[in-house]
Amino acid sequence: MSSLSRIKTALVGAVALAGLAAGGQALAAESKDPIKLTLHDWTGQLITTKLMGEVLKRGGYNIEYVQADYIAQFAGLKTGDLHVAMEIWETTGRDAMDEATKTGKVVNLGETGMQAIEEWWYPLYMKEKCPGLPDWKALNDCAEAFSTPETAPRGRYLGGPVTWGGFDDERAEALELDYEVVHAGTDAALFAELESAYQRKAPILLWVYAPHWAPAKFKGEWVDFPAYTAECYQDPKWGSNPDMAHDCGKPRGPIWKVSWAGLEKKWPGAHKAIKAFTVSNDEMANMIVEVDLNGKKLDDVVSAWIGQNEKRWRTWIGK
Amino acid sequence: MTAAIAKRLTLTNAFWIGALIFSFVLAANARGWLPRWATKYPRKWNIPVKQTITDFMNWLVETATFGLFTFQELTRGIAWLLEWPLAFATSLLSSGFLQGQGSDAVQILPPLTWIAVLVVIVAIGKYARDWKLAAFVGACFGYLAVFGQWNSAMVTLSSIVITVPFGVAGGLLIGIGGYRWPWFERAVTPVLDLMQTVPVFAYLIPVLFLFGFGPVAAMIATIIYAMPPMVRITMLALKQVPGEISDFGHMAGCTKRQLMWKVLVPSATPGLMVGVNQVIMLSLNMVIIASMIGAGGLGYDVLTSLRRLNIGAGLEAGIAIVVLAIALDRLSQAFVHRPPPVHIDPSQNYLQRHPWFVTCIAVIVGTGLVGLVAAPVQSYPEALQITTASFWEDLVKAINVNFFDQLEAVKTAVLLNVLVPVKRFLLGLPWGWTILLVTLAAWQIGGWRIALLSVVLSGFIVVTGQWPKAMITVYLCGVSVMFAALIGIPLGIAAAQNARLGRVIQGFIDTLQTLPSFVYLIPVVMLFRVGDFSAMIAVILYALAPAVRYTAHGIGRIDPSLIEAGVVSGCTKRQLLWKVKLPLALPEIMLGINQTIMLALSMLVITALVGTRDLGQEVYIALTKADTGRGLVAGLSIAFIAIIADRMIAAGARKARARLGLPEH
Repeated sequence: MSSLSRIKTALVGAVALAGLAAGGQALAAESKDPIKLTLHDWTGQLITTKLMGEVLKRGGYNIEYVQADYIAQFAGLKTGDLHVAMEIWETTGRDAMDEATKTGKVVNLGETGMQAIEEWWYPLYMKEKCPGLPDWKALNDCAEAFSTPETAPRGRYLGGPVTWGGFDDERAEALELDYEVVHAGTDAALFAELESAYQRKAPILLWVYAPHWAPAKFKGEWVDFPAYTAECYQDPKWGSNPDMAHDCGKPRGPIWKVSWAGLEKKWPGAHKAIKAFTVSNDEMANMIVEVDLNGKKLDDVVSAWIGQNEKRWRTWIGK
Repeated sequence: MTAAIAKRLTLTNAFWIGALIFSFVLAANARGWLPRWATKYPRKWNIPVKQTITDFMNWLVETATFGLFTFQELTRGIAWLLEWPLAFATSLLSSGFLQGQGSDAVQILPPLTWIAVLVVIVAIGKYARDWKLAAFVGACFGYLAVFGQWNSAMVTLSSIVITVPFGVAGGLLIGIGGYRWPWFERAVTPVLDLMQTVPVFAYLIPVLFLFGFGPVAAMIATIIYAMPPMVRITMLALKQVPGEISDFGHMAGCTKRQLMWKVLVPSATPGLMVGVNQVIMLSLNMVIIASMIGAGGLGYDVLTSLRRLNIGAGLEAGIAIVVLAIALDRLSQAFVHRPPPVHIDPSQNYLQRHPWFVTCIAVIVGTGLVGLVAAPVQSYPEALQITTASFWEDLVKAINVNFFDQLEAVKTAVLLNVLVPVKRFLLGLPWGWTILLVTLAAWQIGGWRIALLSVVLSGFIVVTGQWPKAMITVYLCGVSVMFAALIGIPLGIAAAQNARLGRVIQGFIDTLQTLPSFVYLIPVVMLFRVGDFSAMIAVILYALAPAVRYTAHGIGRIDPSLIEAGVVSGCTKRQLLWKVKLPLALPEIMLGINQTIMLALSMLVITALVGTRDLGQEVYIALTKADTGRGLVAGLSIAFIAIIADRMIAAGARKARARLGLPEH
C-alpha cells in the first residue's frame, strides 16, 4: 500500500467517523454527497427549508443550501443540480410544478401540512367606514370609501403580480364589483402599500396571503366571497352570475414539497424523511413572526423548534 | 444657395408640424376611421418567433452535440473551469478553506481576518496614490465592518474580483480583434449593442439552463452585461494611439505580437483603464439580479430586507454596495494616473524594496494566527456594530403620515396632465402611421441606412405582437427621459460653472447610479402607490446621471477662446450661456440624452416590479415562467427600441457637430 492511499484511507475513515459522531447512526449505504436544498427570498420558506435541513443533518446526511429563484429552480431540479424544494404553493407554483413533474425528472413529495390562504383583505379600521364587511356584498356599497383620486368613484383593489394569476379581473367583473383591479409587480410592493396605508389609517383593499407576517402584524380580515368550488371556475352557470365563471372566492390549497427524481435512489432515507415532514400553519406563522417582527435570528428560531419537537422529527428519520 | 436651403428647411418643418397635427387627430379618431387591423395588429398574423426560440433552446440544452460531447457538456465544462477561481476567492475572503462538501465540510484554514483585508486595502490605496486615498478606501471598508455588512460584502467582493478580470480580459481580446480586422469589428458591433440593451432578465433562464445553478451562472450573466464597454473602449483607445508610436514600433523591428502587447496596449493604457472602471461599476450594478440566481452577498441582503419591508436595513446594505463601488472605482482611477515608477536602488534588500508587500503578508499571517484564539480579530465583534435602520423607517413613516396629501396632489396633477395624455396618444396612433413617421425621421436625420434599419426593427416588434406593450414602453421611457433632461441638464450646467458644486453633484449622481434601485423603489411605492408614476420616478432617478455628466463635460470642453470671443463681443452671462455655451455643447448633450434613454430602457425591467404593463413586465413574466422564447422576444424588442433611438440621436449629434465645425469623437 503506497503512503498516498494510506492517507486516503485514513481520511475516509475520519470522514466516516465524523459523520457517525454527528449523526448518531448514519446509514452507511447512502451517498455522502451533499443534498442540495433550495432557498428563496421569503422567510417562511427559509424556515421550512432550514427545519428540513437540520432534521436531515441529525439523520447523518450531508446538507447544502443553495440560493435559487422560485420558478427558475425547476430547471435545476430537472437536471439534478438541485435536489429538494420545500415550498411549492398550490396557488402560485402549480403550473411550473406540473410542467416539471410531467417530464418525469421531478417528483412531488406530498404536502407540507401548511395550507396557503389567498384572498381579498382589508385592515380592521375599514370596518367602521364599511360596517357590512366582511360580506362581499358590502363591497359595492363602500366602493367610494375604497377609492383613490385616480379611480374614484370606483374602488381600488390592489392585486398580486400578474404572474400570480388569481383571476381577480375576472372576479371583479363576474361579481359586478365597482372596483378597478391594479396589479403590484412584487409582493414587496404589495405590502409596501399596505404598510403605507396602515400608517395613515387610509383605505386599502388588497391581496394578502398566509402564512405570512402581514396578517400577524396588521389587524384585518379576509373578505367573505362565495366559497370556491371547481365548478365555479369552470362552469359559467354556477353562482350569482349565470354568464361568467369566477364568481366566487379563491381556492385554498396545500403547499407542496418536490424533489429531483433521483433523490429516492441516491438517499432513500432522506427521501422518506422529506416525505414525512409536516408542520402546521400556526407553527409556521409563529416562527415567521419571531423572525420578521420580533427580530430574532432565523437559525435560533429553527433550533428552538428542533429542540422542542425532537420526538416528532425522530419519527421522520426513522429513529 | 442659402435661400434655397432656408426654403427647404421651412418646407420640412412645415411637413413635420402638419404631420404632428394630423397625428393628434388620427390618435383620437383612428378607431372609428380605420379598419380594425390598422389600429390593432391581428393576433393571427403573428409570426411564432417565441416558440421557435424556445424550441431551439430546448434542442440546444437537450440534444445539441459536437459528436464527442454535447453542447451542454461544453457549457458545463466552462462553468466547472470558472468555478475554481471563484471558489478560491470566496474561501479566501469569506468562508475559509474547507475540506469536504456541504454540512460535512470542515474548515481547515480560516478566511482573511477583517483587519488583514482592511490593511491590504489601505496599502493598495497608498501604493496607488497617497495617504489621502488610503484613508478614504479604509473608511469605506470600515463602514462595511461597523455597519455589520462585512460577511455579505466579502461574498460580493470575491465574485467581483473574479468577474472583473474575466470581463476585462475578454473585452480586451475581443477589442484587439476588432482593431486588427475591420470585418470583425463590423460583426461584433451589433452583438455589443444587443448585449448592452437586452435586459438581463431575458437571458437569465438560458444561462441557468446551460451553466447550471449557483454563483457561476450569476458570474457569467454579469460578464455578458459588463463586458461590452470594455470592448468598445479597447477598440477606440487602440485607434487613438498616435501613428508615430506604432511607426516607432515598426522601425524597432517589432513582430506583430510585440507591437500589440509591448507598444500599442501599454500606450493605450489610460483609455483602457476607463473600460476597467466601467466593468467594475456595471458588475456591481448586477449584484441584485445576480443574487436572485444564487450569488448571495449584499444583493441578497437588499432583497430579503425589502421583502420584509425593512427599509433601513435594505438601505444600509444598498449603501454598502455603493461604498464598495466607490472604493474600487477610486482605486482603479488612481492606478490610471499613477506616476511612472521611480528608479529603485538595487543595493537595498527585499524588505526595503517592498515595504508594503511585506507588511501586508505580516499582518495577514499575524492576525490570522491571533484570530484563531481571539474571535474579535477574526471577525468584527457584533457588539460594536451599529445600525441606523430604525431612523430611516421613522423618516419614511413621518413623510408618509405628514406629507402624503401634498405628494398625492402633485402626483395626480402629473398623471392627469402628462402621463395619461401621452399614453393615450401613443396607443391611439395606428401602428403603420407610427412606423412611417419614425422611418421618415430616421431618413431625414441619417439617410436610407438608418431608415431601413428602423423599418426592419419596428417591423419585428409588430409581427411578434408586441406593439401595444412597446408603445407603453416608449411612453413611460419618453416621459421619464424628458423629466430627467429637464432636471439633469440644469444640474450639469451648474456643475460645469462651479467646481465645488460640481463635486457635490458628482457624488450625488455616483450614489444614485450604484445604489440598487430596489432600495428606493419601495419607499417610492409607499409614498406614491403602485403604478406608472412610481415607475417614472424610479426611472428618472436612475437615468439622471448621464444627462448631468455629459452636459457638464460638454460645457467643460468648449474651447476657451470661443467663450473669450463671446465675452469680448459684450455678451451678458445669460447670452453667453444660451448663445455660446449651450449650442456648442449640444452634440455632447445629445449623447447624454442618448445614454439617458439607454439607462431608462434598462430600468424598465426593474420597474416591472411595481406593476407597469410594458415590455419590461413581459420579460419579467417570462422569467417567472421560465419561458425562454417569450423573454428573449420581449428583450429584443426593448433592444430594438434602444437601437433605433441610439442610431438616430448619434446621427443627429454627428450632423450638429459638423455644422458647428467641431472635431469628430
